[in-house]
Amino acid sequence: MSERTITLDVTRYRPHQEAVPTVQSYAIPFPDDWVVLDALNHIKDQVDGSLSYRWSCRMGVCGSCGMMVNGEPKLSCAVFLRDYFPRAIRVEPLSNFPVIRDLVIDMSGFLDKLKSVKPWIIREQEKPLSEGEYLQSPRELDAYQHFSQCINCMLCYAACPVFGLDSGFVGPAAIALGYRYNLDSRDHGTAERREVLGDHEGIWQCTFVGECSVVCPKHVDPAAAIQRVKVDTAKDWILSLVMPWGQR
Amino acid sequence: MNGRKTLEPLWWGLFSAGGVVAAFLVPIHIVITGIAVPLGWLPDAQEIYRHWPVRLYLFILIALPLYHWAHRFQFALSDMGMRGIHKPLAVLCYGAALLGTVIAGWILLRL
Ligand code: SF4
Ligand code: FES
Repeated sequence: MSERTITLDVTRYRPHQEAVPTVQSYAIPFPDDWVVLDALNHIKDQVDGSLSYRWSCRMGVCGSCGMMVNGEPKLSCAVFLRDYFPRAIRVEPLSNFPVIRDLVIDMSGFLDKLKSVKPWIIREQEKPLSEGEYLQSPRELDAYQHFSQCINCMLCYAACPVFGLDSGFVGPAAIALGYRYNLDSRDHGTAERREVLGDHEGIWQCTFVGECSVVCPKHVDPAAAIQRVKVDTAKDWILSLVMPWGQR
Repeated sequence: MNGRKTLEPLWWGLFSAGGVVAAFLVPIHIVITGIAVPLGWLPDAQEIYRHWPVRLYLFILIALPLYHWAHRFQFALSDMGMRGIHKPLAVLCYGAALLGTVIAGWILLRL
């Protein structure tokens, strides 16, 4: 197979030895079917073992290899070097997150947000086991299924200018995940989740830029989820005014 | 908990209703009163404004887009670096829209 050589300009940051991030260039010979992650793995194995980044599945499933590739949030296992050749490729850690080292960002804030929307089925009353499972029709499954495809890659957060300005914003993936449970026919937790989703740092921060849905590799369309939660919340707010006794 | 501790659903509701009016009704109205009537394509039927449904329509046409402006403008300013004074900005913008609503209502009542 013919090999060409491409330049990767990779952000390096080793907090114990440098105060600010620097850029290191690597010239990497690559076969046609290599993705950016393959080049990073090649660097790590053959050139410079000190380079740090996250990855696992190499097939767009685990969501751990998100990086900025030429300024765009991408899964590095899903972008081919040949599509950038002969230009150099700039590889940086995901925007809008604190960096721990090299391409590794601190995702603890994101994990807290995921938890805060209570992404599990909340029941007013649990059925006893003896009554069997909670059944769901294909239509009821369809209602939320595509919002459940998120792989927690955080590309949407790296793309979101609102999150860039305000790291407290609950953000696209977490709101979409909460909405996924609101839509679930087995769930009764909408009112409980509203404390987080309907908060000032929840849906109302979103100005509908829409970049989250553009970059999402799983077509979750978090922007749509956020707008729909806004509509639902505003509707319930009006209902609670005209029918204050109808509290949920 | 219906999220009633915050007025954000109200402002957003007015904002989105204003957006619909601004997108669908305002252009039609500009074509009618700004182009078609001055050019004589349509008669200048001033007396139509005496009808209450027409005044109500004009009230909606004028007032709701004000809230669309207020919400957008306020968020645009915050995004441009005025996040720190988000609260006073909101009071100023929504206040201006409220004032515009009152003035529009007052003028329409006296037509
Ligand atoms: S919504 Fe899409 S972009 Fe955001 S974390 Fe989930 S899969 Fe990634
Ligand atoms: S390595 Fe798992 S998504 Fe890229």
